[in-house]
Amino acid sequence: MPERREFLLKTFKSLGLAATGGLAWSGFIEEGRSAPLILRPPGALPEKDFLASCIKCGMCVEACPYDALVLAKPGDSKPVGTPYYTPRTNPCYMCRDIPCVPVCPTGSLDKTLVSEKGEDGELRLNINMAKMGIAVIDREICIAYAGIQCDACYRACPLIDKAITVEYTRNVRTGKHTIQAPVVHSDACTGCGLCERACVTRKASIFVLPKEIAMGQSSERYIKGWDEQDEERMKEATEKVTTQTPRSGRKALDYLNDEL
Amino acid sequence: MRKYKYQIPRRLLQTGILFVFFGGNAYGWSVLRGNLSSARVFDTIPLSDPFAVLQSFSAGAVIASDAVTGALVILLFYAVLGGRVFCSWACPVNMVTDLANRLRRLFSLDSVWKSWDIKRATRYWIIFLSVALSVILGVAAFEWISPIGALHRGIIYGFGFGWTLVLMVFLFDLFAVKNGFCGHICPLGGFYSIIGRFGFLRIGYDREKCTSCMKCIEICPEKQVLHMVGRESGAVVSGECVNCGRCIEVCDDDAVNFINIYSNKIHTKCKEG
Ligand code: SF4
Ligand code: SF4
Ligand code: SF4
Ligand code: SF4
Repeated sequence: MPERREFLLKTFKSLGLAATGGLAWSGFIEEGRSAPLILRPPGALPEKDFLASCIKCGMCVEACPYDALVLAKPGDSKPVGTPYYTPRTNPCYMCRDIPCVPVCPTGSLDKTLVSEKGEDGELRLNINMAKMGIAVIDREICIAYAGIQCDACYRACPLIDKAITVEYTRNVRTGKHTIQAPVVHSDACTGCGLCERACVTRKASIFVLPKEIAMGQSSERYIKGWDEQDEERMKEATEKVTTQTPRSGRKALDYLNDEL
Repeated sequence: MRKYKYQIPRRLLQTGILFVFFGGNAYGWSVLRGNLSSARVFDTIPLSDPFAVLQSFSAGAVIASDAVTGALVILLFYAVLGGRVFCSWACPVNMVTDLANRLRRLFSLDSVWKSWDIKRATRYWIIFLSVALSVILGVAAFEWISPIGALHRGIIYGFGFGWTLVLMVFLFDLFAVKNGFCGHICPLGGFYSIIGRFGFLRIGYDREKCTSCMKCIEICPEKQVLHMVGRESGAVVSGECVNCGRCIEVCDDDAVNFINIYSNKIHTKCKEG
């Protein structure tokens, strides 16, 4: 029996070691993965798929003529070896031929996400379709919102008048001037970050965040009746849904009067 | 010179590959672009690390054909060649662990510190763990912590804190376990052991010429593969042999040599021995 006992002990020892190692290892990975503020190159797959497929070869980095892209190094607190860019210092210049995308061997940067069908039915690269992130504005710090004339971000934007427009409102403080404030439009903004780089405040008042972080998500039940396209969704409604709450059984007047 | 007739070309190749990659990034040379994870030769032939691609697949990624083709090219190349040629002729970590080993010998550390007893088969467990964790976590698990990646990416794009990983491997090999990382832990080495099992380029041993000095066993980073030395003529069949040729270099009696294991000559030799 001692042989068998020894065998069992050894097996448990190995399993224990493997489990400990595996746990430490996955803890380390989870730690590094919780870096949601990372901005990926144009045409990147959704973050989860991107992390699974990117082989960390750096070919996108080498292809970028502006050296905007870098591979995350250990210590950057980003998933090690994956490409990203930092708009304030080195934004994406939205190259027309998007050299960083077709070189990707794994398809982590997907051409079809930044291509459009031309009239001849062929796919053509179009950098304006990129969705790397979205610029958001700190309206309390942005000097344009304070009534000081500045349009640095507006002029820097490659999609000027589409991704950023300037909106004119009355300056109620002086009573005789205009506030000319930049406004970002999420349908057009690619997240390139040229605006962030151009911003004149010490720390940029307009900055790029990943879309999932910066944007909310509406629920199906809100329909803008004044928007014809949105109104169409009414037709999809199939059944009448009544929300049940603990108060649903009683009349409003009754429970409102309860406290009296 | 004869003592280094393989070591010099090995080091030249290992550093050369890194140099060409570095130039690809820094000066736009087109010979090799990318790094050891995935690359392109003259902007056409794709090459990829098959173990990294395997992990990506396990993580549930849909991988474009370029990387898959590249992985097959590399897989086929090393499968035909045999042994762990990647380890001793291409991998930069090999230079680090060889240096640790050299220092161990120089200062006779083996007699001072008893090595930990880790099984050489640990690497196959780590392959299994790499794949299992890739499935569970949805990322290529070994690539995430690989000191090999940290080293070649470090040299090509800048280190960050990556050098700490490499230093860890160095210290582990120097103080803790002899041939610790490459001989026991590294799953990529284990992967190539499996791939290179049936390749043609192997080490042949001739009992007739051997004077039993055992220098080859002493120098070999994977001693277990030379079990026939002193006993009978034959060839190394284990895929764990890194094909570094150190045994050939240290042998004064021409008893060890690279051979084509499928040639008839060795078969008769084996029978004689
Ligand atoms: S579009 Fe141009 S500037 Fe932007 S990341 Fe790609 S290569 Fe670099
Ligand atoms: S080219 Fe593709 S696989 Fe290589 S680092 Fe860039 S995104 Fe990752
Ligand atoms: S608003 Fe900023 S991030 Fe968006 S496209 Fe314009 S410059 Fe780029
Ligand atoms: S065992 Fe691993 S680290 Fe060592 S040489 Fe082989 S691949 Fe490189």
